[in-house]
Amino acid sequence: MLGYYLDLAVRSLKRNKVLTALMIVTLALGIGASITTLTVLKLLSGDPLPGKSGQLFYARVDPNPLEGYVPGQTKPDSIMTYTDAMNLLHAHRATRQAAMALIDAKIDARQPNEHPYFADGVMTTSEFFALFNAPFQYGGGWTADDDEGRATLVVIAGFLNDKLFGGANSVGRIIRIDDRDFRIVGVLKHWAPQPRFYATDLGGRDYGDGDAVFMPLKTARSLDKGPQDTECFGPVTDLKDLETAPCEWLGFWVQLDDRAAVASYRAFLDGYARQQAALGRFKRSETSLLDLMSWLSDQQVVPNDAKLQTYLAFGFLLICIVNTVGLLLAKCLRRSREIGVRRALGATRRDIFAQFMVEAAIIGVAGGVLGLALAELGLWGVRHQPAEYAGLAHLDVQMFFFTFVVALVASLVAGLLPAWRACVVAPAPQLKAA
Amino acid sequence: MEIRPIVASLKKHRIPTLLIVLQIALACAVLCNAVFMIGGRVRQMRLANAIDEQGLVSVSLQGTDPKLIASDTQRNLAALRSIAGVQAVSVVHTLPLTNNNWGWSFGITPDSSVTDQKNTNVTLYFVGQGSQRALGLRLLEGRYFSDSEYVDNAIAGGALPNTHLVVITQALGKQLWPGQSALGKTLYSKPNYYTVVGVVADVLRPRLWSDNRKSYYSAFFPVGADDVLRTYVLRGAPADRDRILREAIDALQTANPQAVVKGVTFQAIRDKYYADTNSMVWILVLVCAVMLAVTAFGIVGLTSFWVGQRRRQIGIRRAVGATRADILRYFRTENFLLSSAGVVLGMIMAYGVNLYLMKQYELERMPWYYLPAGALALWLIGQLAVSGPAMRAAAVPPVVATQPA
Repeated sequence: MLGYYLDLAVRSLKRNKVLTALMIVTLALGIGASITTLTVLKLLSGDPLPGKSGQLFYARVDPNPLEGYVPGQTKPDSIMTYTDAMNLLHAHRATRQAAMALIDAKIDARQPNEHPYFADGVMTTSEFFALFNAPFQYGGGWTADDDEGRATLVVIAGFLNDKLFGGANSVGRIIRIDDRDFRIVGVLKHWAPQPRFYATDLGGRDYGDGDAVFMPLKTARSLDKGPQDTECFGPVTDLKDLETAPCEWLGFWVQLDDRAAVASYRAFLDGYARQQAALGRFKRSETSLLDLMSWLSDQQVVPNDAKLQTYLAFGFLLICIVNTVGLLLAKCLRRSREIGVRRALGATRRDIFAQFMVEAAIIGVAGGVLGLALAELGLWGVRHQPAEYAGLAHLDVQMFFFTFVVALVASLVAGLLPAWRACVVAPAPQLKAA
Repeated sequence: MEIRPIVASLKKHRIPTLLIVLQIALACAVLCNAVFMIGGRVRQMRLANAIDEQGLVSVSLQGTDPKLIASDTQRNLAALRSIAGVQAVSVVHTLPLTNNNWGWSFGITPDSSVTDQKNTNVTLYFVGQGSQRALGLRLLEGRYFSDSEYVDNAIAGGALPNTHLVVITQALGKQLWPGQSALGKTLYSKPNYYTVVGVVADVLRPRLWSDNRKSYYSAFFPVGADDVLRTYVLRGAPADRDRILREAIDALQTANPQAVVKGVTFQAIRDKYYADTNSMVWILVLVCAVMLAVTAFGIVGLTSFWVGQRRRQIGIRRAVGATRADILRYFRTENFLLSSAGVVLGMIMAYGVNLYLMKQYELERMPWYYLPAGALALWLIGQLAVSGPAMRAAAVPPVVATQPA
């Protein structure tokens, strides 16, 4: 039966080529626009560390003065003072923990005629790599003793190793950063979480390539490296002694493996805040411990423009569907006589309904194929946009199939009303009129 | 034109009528909001900026020894001055629209401290000697800094300069001391204070605020040789600026082989800052255009079928005396009625969408005139789209009435 419906549908679609083309193109435009924006949105709101993100938590405490504080409503600042970060780090109450800030690192090009250049870097503590599952190509991270001993060593990213050492094992070799020698102890494999969740509130980019160099926090500070973002909550005389200044500039992440660990860490944080309040350091006792995905949505990393574009595209798809409904309906009303004849010859209402739905589905599949082409075109356009995430916009397998799901659902929804109108046509008057 | 027969006929085709009305309403709602968003972004891109944007070139020099900054700066400025066509040279710490912002909050009473909630957040522009001429700042009141006022002023790793003088923008003056002249008044942030000696025309901040007025809260502080002054600015004729940029980069790189030198024209800084906004505007324009085209084609398609369906009816009307113009007017009026119903519904939906976006994305309220403007656009498109089918309807000869259906 399906074969017969297909044949009928193709004949009917061929009879009015302009209208058929109009319906397919309309549907394809709507689908193309919504798949393009949805792909971008999915890319932007994706999980940066699948499999690990559930165990990662971002801790915050609030050292601000009492002014402007509304109990229960004021959220702690998004970054931490050095004192608090070190206290929490040394308490070792989580499976793993690390404090971090972003830096600029001047890299010596190692070639006689090339100029040095700046690369993104992180100053952090020893457990950073294990905490974030950063995979090593060669060597490994540094130890807690290296942290305390201000050892001049670095871990570099694979892409920097390719650039400087042609991808060879560079562990033990020397790299000049900010006109000083650092010994390489590890080289990472490709590691660029999207978004770069640990940098969102430290003054860095949210998407794009990962960081190029990672060095011990105290080493970097002893060389006067300053963080990219500093927020002060009290009078400061200088921004050099950030360890003691009333300024926040570090992010603090912990790994907690189960719910009991989360609950006990939360209690620990609250206890810490109360203890600091008792010491007179804190005026507010609010703390916060968000898991990675909640932290990202709290930070609104996804640009508003990307969300607005998605709304716009789906509004547009809705218009396209309404348009297709109108055109299909007009077509089916004109075919009342044909329907009358088929009904008189024994076709049931269900047969007529199926026939029209098959016709709508064909339009949907054709619209989906064309829409896929348009979405590829749209994503090609997105990749040539200036946004920092632009280069990552590609259609994945999931979105590929999702396109056809959207196309079929859209066309079947569009076909529902016309098909229903068609199947309730009473055969007798139609035959009489003829 | 009698509209009762049109309404009667539309009532017989309720579903197609509703579909056209719904489509026009949706298009109107999306169009109003999209055009409103385009307008806001275009306004932001057109914000005036009282520096010589066309003739300005900036070259940043990073990664040199901070201890040698005093002698280095003098040597670099001298090297840049010798470039042909350069009218003025200076060194500053940041420029408008670079995203490199040094903000601080000030009050107007001596007890104001940086954490005061009612303070005004201001961008600090630390500028070196000759910066007024090099940037092309337009002085409106008072004076700019004299050469001796730069010497010995430093940031020296602190947060604020140790000078007590400041030049502010007109917008900042109006915000802090509405209705009064800002000259001679003082900005406070315990323990620092700064007396306003001059007011310049509005200069944008390194990063814009959603409230356009706040994008002009800038203050200029004279600073001598200091590690923060690392952006060299050169001013020349707009025709020379690409060559000046190339020669300036060469000159600084030659003088500082171990430094990271990056040069850019101010035009490029502006283009980069607005690149995302610009592309969003074009996406919105594209979607609007395609959406209106789809709506128009939808109207053409549906009306064509309607005309086809009513050929006999039209023939009869022609046969009993209706002129071609009457038939044309019939379809035009019908479309006008449908569009009107659509835009009324559409304006309500547009308002609702705007309310939702205001709540979710801190968008501003849409001014009322966007609604009738969107309505007018859809009326015009409707009339345009109906022209073809209506003309075909008018061309139906009266003889059709005599033919069997």
